[in-house]
Amino acid sequence: MSETWVLALLTIVTAATPLVYAGIGELVVERAGVLNLGLEGLLLGGAVAAFAVAHLSGSATLGILAGLFAGVLLSALFAFLTLTLQSSQVATGLALTIFGIGLSALIGQPLVGIAFAGLPSLAVPGLSGIPVLGALLFQHDVLVYGSFALVGSVAWFLSRSRAGLVLRAVGDSPEAAHALGYPVIRVRYAATLFGGACAGVGGAYLSLVYTPMWVENMSAGRGWIALALVVFAIWQPGRLLFGAYLFGGISILQLHGQAMGLAVPSQLMSMLPYATTILVLVLISRDGGRIRRNAPASIGRPFHPTL
Amino acid sequence: MSPSFTSRRRTLIGAAALLATLAGGLSIAPAALAQDGVTRVGFVYVGPVGDHGWTYRHDLGRQAIEQQFGDRVETTFVESVAEGADAERVIRNLAADGHDLIFTTSFGFMNPTIKVARDFPDVKFEHATGYKRGDNVSTYSARFYEGRAVLGTMAGMMTKTNTVGYIGSFPIPEVVRGINAFTIAMRKVNPEAEVKVVWVNSWYDPGKEADAAKTLIDQGVDLITQHTDSPAPLQVAQERGVLGFGQASDMASFAPESQLTSIIDDWDAYYVSRVQAVMDGSWESQDVWYGIEDGMVAFPDYGPNVPDDVAEAAELVKEGIVSGTLHPFQGPIMDQAGNEVVAEGDVLGDDVLLGMDYYVEGVQGALPK
Repeated sequence: MSETWVLALLTIVTAATPLVYAGIGELVVERAGVLNLGLEGLLLGGAVAAFAVAHLSGSATLGILAGLFAGVLLSALFAFLTLTLQSSQVATGLALTIFGIGLSALIGQPLVGIAFAGLPSLAVPGLSGIPVLGALLFQHDVLVYGSFALVGSVAWFLSRSRAGLVLRAVGDSPEAAHALGYPVIRVRYAATLFGGACAGVGGAYLSLVYTPMWVENMSAGRGWIALALVVFAIWQPGRLLFGAYLFGGISILQLHGQAMGLAVPSQLMSMLPYATTILVLVLISRDGGRIRRNAPASIGRPFHPTL
Repeated sequence: MSPSFTSRRRTLIGAAALLATLAGGLSIAPAALAQDGVTRVGFVYVGPVGDHGWTYRHDLGRQAIEQQFGDRVETTFVESVAEGADAERVIRNLAADGHDLIFTTSFGFMNPTIKVARDFPDVKFEHATGYKRGDNVSTYSARFYEGRAVLGTMAGMMTKTNTVGYIGSFPIPEVVRGINAFTIAMRKVNPEAEVKVVWVNSWYDPGKEADAAKTLIDQGVDLITQHTDSPAPLQVAQERGVLGFGQASDMASFAPESQLTSIIDDWDAYYVSRVQAVMDGSWESQDVWYGIEDGMVAFPDYGPNVPDDVAEAAELVKEGIVSGTLHPFQGPIMDQAGNEVVAEGDVLGDDVLLGMDYYVEGVQGALPK
């Protein structure tokens, strides 16, 4: 029985990891004051690029890098449109989503029906021998370990480094940051490209590990969930990790409940992850000031240095 | 306003009206011309052509039409159309665009198809797996449950843990029928075996389907089958060393060792015959439900892990169904509560099968209503 729970927890990790990657990237982007709604397109762009390169080269590492670069390229397009040309961030983000879905489907057409071997799990020598925790914590593939390292680094970066402080300042009050001489647009560019890179790696995870194949629209809405999780996390990395695992966890546990024969209608069970996330969001928002205080003050508003 | 302005406005408005009428006339004319030379066939798909499952096979049928009729047909397809309001818009566009025959390939397109068909009495519609018809609406489906009976027989003989996993999409009669046919056939050869069902509430979501497969395997099943459209569950099975069955197409490329066999939907012959009927003028609204005998339900070669006696048993089931000596829903059949719903020797009729809304004995859990 405990075997089943360990296995279930391992599946939860797999389900949560793409959300962590997409979410942590978006968190940094939003802390800099840019609202990038194109996560779904970035995930798919990363997924198709990663799969294409991994298949052609045989190397998963090259695939992950390709996913990263695809995310950077797509978000560079978004950044150019919104930061240099000052277009509406919301509209451009939505356009990026639609563009990403279509472009990935086009590029991915010859890739359908091809299988890929997937990433091997890296057992940490010694530690992975521990009875229950060992299998649970120390036998994952490199991208899962990477997601934890990433969240930790971003948390440290935002709260303890000077560059992180500048980024937060740009997000809260770009006029003040500009007055102090910080390159607001450049900081936002950097943040957006970082967000694109993370989402690209998240997409690579989808097509190389989660379901090692390419099928159209394989992210199936995870980009939108990641966007919601950033708000759920009140723009804090630790809470984002918790949110991603909560969502992923309930998604898997409801399937287990169904398989065990729980007499709850399956439609209700499918609804559970979304309902739980909304419930927690409601509980967090009881103190309305909390979200207002923690949200980056200038999010979504274009900044023009000369105005 | 000075007189010259008013008269100029009138001239402009008049010219615009004239142009609109001409444009309208010109747009109707090509459609009428199309009837004489080329038959235009439209397809509405619920998923992407690249799903390597349900929609993929329908698109093969469309390609068969193009191959058969060459220049005499023109086909159009729209993929990933969500069931519901958007479907009506797509179907309506195809009908208004001068198509002669439109195939709507998912159960959820039923009401939109009927609605649009009423407004376009000269266009012919073929709706897959539905039950509402009209003068210009035909329905067609395949007796997938015959395929499930073959799969169930193989599963019963090959499962060692006596628990088999079934990944369901939506709890509609078609899917429940499949689960029941599978379970009945399985328990005929192995009365101890049971089926665990997990619903993903989607026809196509590779991530969720993979999660469902992992869940079932984690809970101890050693064989999985599915009524969803992507190869993700079989891929998980291959990874975990578990056996499984493909769905709607041959998924062996994703699971070379795991796939025992698959149910293949073969729409080619039916589609070609319906287009021919439109060309001949002999098309009439009908309801067909073809199975193994008519070639609509087909199977690929057996996988490398299928022992000879299992393959033989499967072939016997196929032959029995084709010859009529074996029916997947032949009594005695018990429901989950243990009541006998079909007596020994009786066979469930099509009308009961179409509305099937209960599990037979051997399926774990309650059916979501």
